[in-house]
Amino acid sequence: MTTDSTYGQVLTLPRRLPSTPPEPGVLAAHAPLTDVFPGAFATAPASAFVLSLLPRGKGPVLWVQDFLSRRENGAPYTPSLRGFGLEQPVLLVTVSHPRDVLWTMEEGAACAGLSAVIGEVHGGPEVLDFTATKRLSLRAEASNVPLYLIRSGDPGGLSAARMRWRISSLPSQAHPYDAQAPGAARWDLELFRARGHAPGRWVAAHDPDKGQSPRAADRLRLVPYADDGAVAPGDHPIPQRSGG
Amino acid sequence: MLTMERWRRVITQYRSVPGDEVPVVLSRDGTHGPVVHGLSAAATMRGIEAGARVVDVQAIHPDLHVEPADLEGDEALIQRLVHWARRWCPWTARDQDHGLLLDVTGCTHLFDGEAAMLRDIRSRFALQGLTARCAMAPTPGAAQALARFGSGAQICGAEDVSAALAPLPVAALRLDTQTTRLLDRLGLKTIGALSDLPRAALMRRFASLKPDRNPLILLDKALGKAPNPVNAPPDHRHFITRSRLPEPVIDPAPHLPALVEDLCAQLARAELGARRLRLTVYRIDGDWRGLGVATARASRDAAHLRRLFDGKLENIDSGFGFDLLTLEALASEPLPLMQDHLDGKRDPSADVAGLLDRLAAKLGADKVNWPQWRETHKPERVEQRVDALHGTPTAAPALLRDRPLRLLTPAEEVRVIYAVPEGPPSQFNWRRVTYKTTRHTGPERIAPEWWRDRPGTRLRDYYKVEVEGGQRFWLYREGVIYDGRGAEPRWFLHGLFA
Repeated sequence: MTTDSTYGQVLTLPRRLPSTPPEPGVLAAHAPLTDVFPGAFATAPASAFVLSLLPRGKGPVLWVQDFLSRRENGAPYTPSLRGFGLEQPVLLVTVSHPRDVLWTMEEGAACAGLSAVIGEVHGGPEVLDFTATKRLSLRAEASNVPLYLIRSGDPGGLSAARMRWRISSLPSQAHPYDAQAPGAARWDLELFRARGHAPGRWVAAHDPDKGQSPRAADRLRLVPYADDGAVAPGDHPIPQRSGG
Repeated sequence: MLTMERWRRVITQYRSVPGDEVPVVLSRDGTHGPVVHGLSAAATMRGIEAGARVVDVQAIHPDLHVEPADLEGDEALIQRLVHWARRWCPWTARDQDHGLLLDVTGCTHLFDGEAAMLRDIRSRFALQGLTARCAMAPTPGAAQALARFGSGAQICGAEDVSAALAPLPVAALRLDTQTTRLLDRLGLKTIGALSDLPRAALMRRFASLKPDRNPLILLDKALGKAPNPVNAPPDHRHFITRSRLPEPVIDPAPHLPALVEDLCAQLARAELGARRLRLTVYRIDGDWRGLGVATARASRDAAHLRRLFDGKLENIDSGFGFDLLTLEALASEPLPLMQDHLDGKRDPSADVAGLLDRLAAKLGADKVNWPQWRETHKPERVEQRVDALHGTPTAAPALLRDRPLRLLTPAEEVRVIYAVPEGPPSQFNWRRVTYKTTRHTGPERIAPEWWRDRPGTRLRDYYKVEVEGGQRFWLYREGVIYDGRGAEPRWFLHGLFA
């Protein structure tokens, strides 16, 4: 049993991994504010996941990071962003305090010329509470600019985000030519709260050939965990997730 | 002359100038190496000519002192002098070859006559360390000819223009060298000789030349028989609004809206927009404090400009109060009236520019960046961040190799256990956690850039490794063992792959 506080509830997650395929609209749903919780040192998968979700357009993407997040998780390396199909320019903002991240995201949400805003906050600071996320969510709803919040090192408190994801790394696929080399990246992706969608947990992979596709469902493949049926039902433990 | 005098004036601030007896030349880049641009008096006495190649001159005069000329600085000085010369008359313009043209019609009586005015001009230039050769004539052509080739400080009335010009060489008409040489060969050495000839024959001879090269047309302009208007550049506009207060106050916030409105109205009349604004408060103790904001594109939107000062006015130190505050536009750019979209939508690029202004005003201009890319092998040098207010985003280059999505700057040192010293790590310890590698690619060798790096910089062997938990890291070993550039190579973690 896992206690997870969304709106103060205690959720009981099924002990067996769900082997259901994702609902068709999960990736297409444009939530005004999306929370992404990376596992240990999984900020790069979280960034890749957000980049695959981003709407394709002409307007620049505002990417704001606080100093702690930059020191802990590194800065986004812009030359490799194109590998995830991002063609629009990226406006990089580095601030010293998480409060300024929230202020910058709010300003960005009010600007209809942007195509998306990505914010990164490390360590679950106090200023990032329910009220702050509600503000961001309302701003984003008014201007139609989607906001993504990457919250590393954060146990995950209350949030007004319409979709909340957890992501961590999985061993990569086999390399087509070299058995020694890591292949295409795979992630353990969990949607643990969404309005209008059932939560679920999948193996996710980015499809580099369809990076330019306008539909997020094309760019990102979600595969249900293999249900081999060999283990007695109900006794399959959840694999140890690397704690946040 | 101006080049040399300016060089002497600038250089004395930093080091000693060679003595007057040493020939000094300033060089500029020519087609086949450096050529002589400016000459000192001693160099002129030796017979050195401008335009000669520096190596040739150095061969003849081994004691020659050569310095690089600052062409842009000279040009900037001339442009400043054009506006400075408006102290004598309102209509001043740039003339060729370090010349200034002043239309002093109706202004001479303010300086007690023409001769006194010329004296004033020469003395004021001399105060700046510059030698002015001036002349006054009814036409610009005659004035420049007399100033350059005349006896100096010559004043020529309307009726004796032709007499004054007659003894001057034909080059004074500013002909090109070919025409000058041709006239010289024909025996027409002075302007007088040229004007005495029947026009019809000369007209046939020079019919193919352009009007600005044709000696007859230039002669007519100098003599006032053909029009030769002077085109003066407009004055710099300065936009400033002031608010004088009857009593000293502490808080500038209530006075700002009126100042901004006033400034925007001024800018709107001139069809300009502000790029940089400065608010200055003049305190009653005689001190002053300033506050500047900048915009990404020209703007005269009062509400937007006022918002840029939000949160900054509290930090201004008003002391015991101030009784005068000014708001000035330090830099402005043309901003014509623009039609909004008819469907009521706003211009997205204007929105982004407004956002940049607000972010830069609150967070600091250096915190808001566009990435730009450079051609280099070092991964951390590829991306360069430029201030978003002044730079523009460039298109990303195509990636040829696998690069991580996040880069740690600086790279963090890790402790590594490897099977072979030149091989990949089998286990490493980063941030007090031990990772066992399962798969790897590499090495990708990045050699130091000898044209940029210091000598002794070691090469890097990059490995992309995957560890047991599934994370993918980018590690490098700095140098190889026994490469003669230090002790045993160290390992660093540089990036995180998706």
